[in-house]
Amino acid sequence: MTITSIRRPIRAAAALALSLSLGLAVTACGAGNESDAGDNGDAVTLDGGGSTAQAKAQGAWRAAYQDDSGNTVNYEEVGSGTGRENFNSGAYVFAGSDSYLNDDEGELSAAKERCNGEDPIEVPAYVSPIAVAFNLPGIDSLNMSAETIADIFNGTITTWDDKAIAAENDGVDLPSTDIAVIHRSDDSGTTGNFTDYLYQASNGAWATESDGVWPEDLTNGQGLEGTSGVIGGVTDTEGAIGYADESAVGDLGVVSIKVGDTYQAPEPAAAAKALAASTRVEGRPDVDMAIDVERTLTDAGTYPLLLTSYLIACQHYDDAATADAVKSYLAYVVSTEGQQSAADEAGSAPLDSKLQQEAAGIVDKIAAS
Amino acid sequence: MTSPSTGTLSPPEAERNDKPLSRRGDRVFAGLARAAGITIMVALAAVFVFLFAEGRSGLSAAEATYRPASDFLRYIGPLVVSTILAACIALLVAVPFAVAIALFISHYAPRSIATPVAYVIDLLAAVPSVVFGLWGGRYLAQFLQPAHVWLSEHLGFLPFFGSPPSPNGRSLFTAGIVLAIMILPIVTAISREVFAQTPRLHEEAALALGATRWEMIRYAVFPYARSGMVSGVMLGLGRALGETMAVAMVLATSPAVTLNIIGTAAPATIASNIALNYKEATPSRQSLLIATGLVLFAVTFLINFVARWVVGRNERKQARA
Repeated sequence: MTITSIRRPIRAAAALALSLSLGLAVTACGAGNESDAGDNGDAVTLDGGGSTAQAKAQGAWRAAYQDDSGNTVNYEEVGSGTGRENFNSGAYVFAGSDSYLNDDEGELSAAKERCNGEDPIEVPAYVSPIAVAFNLPGIDSLNMSAETIADIFNGTITTWDDKAIAAENDGVDLPSTDIAVIHRSDDSGTTGNFTDYLYQASNGAWATESDGVWPEDLTNGQGLEGTSGVIGGVTDTEGAIGYADESAVGDLGVVSIKVGDTYQAPEPAAAAKALAASTRVEGRPDVDMAIDVERTLTDAGTYPLLLTSYLIACQHYDDAATADAVKSYLAYVVSTEGQQSAADEAGSAPLDSKLQQEAAGIVDKIAAS
Repeated sequence: MTSPSTGTLSPPEAERNDKPLSRRGDRVFAGLARAAGITIMVALAAVFVFLFAEGRSGLSAAEATYRPASDFLRYIGPLVVSTILAACIALLVAVPFAVAIALFISHYAPRSIATPVAYVIDLLAAVPSVVFGLWGGRYLAQFLQPAHVWLSEHLGFLPFFGSPPSPNGRSLFTAGIVLAIMILPIVTAISREVFAQTPRLHEEAALALGATRWEMIRYAVFPYARSGMVSGVMLGLGRALGETMAVAMVLATSPAVTLNIIGTAAPATIASNIALNYKEATPSRQSLLIATGLVLFAVTFLINFVARWVVGRNERKQARA
């Protein structure tokens, strides 16, 4: 009895180990075949990664580019922070980041060092309007000023039939439902851009400066994980309001924000226009297109609540093949076709033609050192 | 009764083979076993060294790093409270359930039912935590939302059940229940195994003295199995403290510390906070997050240590009596 009871687990373990090693062998074969197939002469593999906001667009770009060039592009969705870190350490040849490089923690200097002392290239690659979405049955659209949005998200306005909301929405039958505020629980570029908009445009109603982390003193809201977490939470909760990438909101109602004297819905074209009308960060070299989005624009047809995601690369690479591949990939990304395919695939806003031409000009300078 | 109570963890002295090793197979096996033991200690030490080396600078970084809080203790405090609260809810719900299921399988159910039930419970352990997270956040939370309202109305005088209740059930309470379901299989499986190890003679002796079946379980099975049950609970606790994905997907977070488990939002747990924020973190924030991992490491050690000490003390007391 004791012998069999000892043996049985051993036999089971042996069977398990065998099946595992078989599985490994099979996957190893698969991987081997793959690399054999891709390894035809001068094909290059580019390792990059970063911003998760860009991930869908990167998927579209990579698919088209790889078909066309035979090169392989890897894009790891590790988040902007890790993307910048891996670029600076040399693990990535390019990175995607939801915020431009700055020297608060020495990241800009580190990037410069990584590029052999030259200024790193930063070009906007992915522009997307951020929508304020809500769940009120029968209401598809509401008008709100930045001040009203700030007051909702900081807990000053607690019900949907509040005077401030009613004043901007004549003729809409607002329910007395409690407002459930939903925000991101993770550190994100979307939150950074949203709070930047509220801080700059709400005439003081929003007290804390822009940050990727939701402010601590606001305990009225619920933090949920990621874009899909926020959208899921808003969808599941009547009376909820949240913010997310415009392409993700689906059937939820969306807020048109007040720009000047009119209200503008979150449309990609309006976001691209707002980016084009914004000013550059001062003191940056020509190859660095870092832009501070002007949240207080008053021009009709602009939507200043938007997220800009950059591609970061070097001007020169040691290896000629790598330099060529980075150049051709980035050139495709910022080309009108590349921007359009991202718009089709990810719902982003194609760059305005002036910005697009400037970005193409910068990317064109990438070369072997 | 003294030797069996420690029996499942370390074999009694008498059974240890102190004879010098003679055959080659013995030596090889002893070497392999020792290597396995050492490897795991080295791995654990390596994790600790990594956490310490990478996280040390996170303990005393610039104030802005700790946003939304202002220093390390204020940053980690709410996370620790949430982590422990969620794990406590999970244990409170899962342990009685798991012990009952294990007893049912080992002592009450006929074999034809016990075996399939045991299989299904084990199967639960194979469900990935993202799936638990999705299900917990989108379905279970909605389902439990009325329970939040009820708890807030009827038990609102307790600090744990404040108002207003969560509008969509994405609370610590729901997260705790999801964790409970996740740790149920491991606690059940281990309890079941140690219950089944109770010497038949002890059980029959108890029954012969006129004990009912429950009394037999209480006086013969539980004392024998206590140490094994504690091991099972500790493993479950470890999983509950460290579970990342499911909590991140279920729990609605807000940085303010609270004991209210049914409120709109609570601070994230340590592990889920790392998962939520690591991706977009700048280098100094990453060190901070790794430092919080170090704290979780310490908390888990401490809880394990204290629990073992308490159980060991009880057993020593019993042995003396």
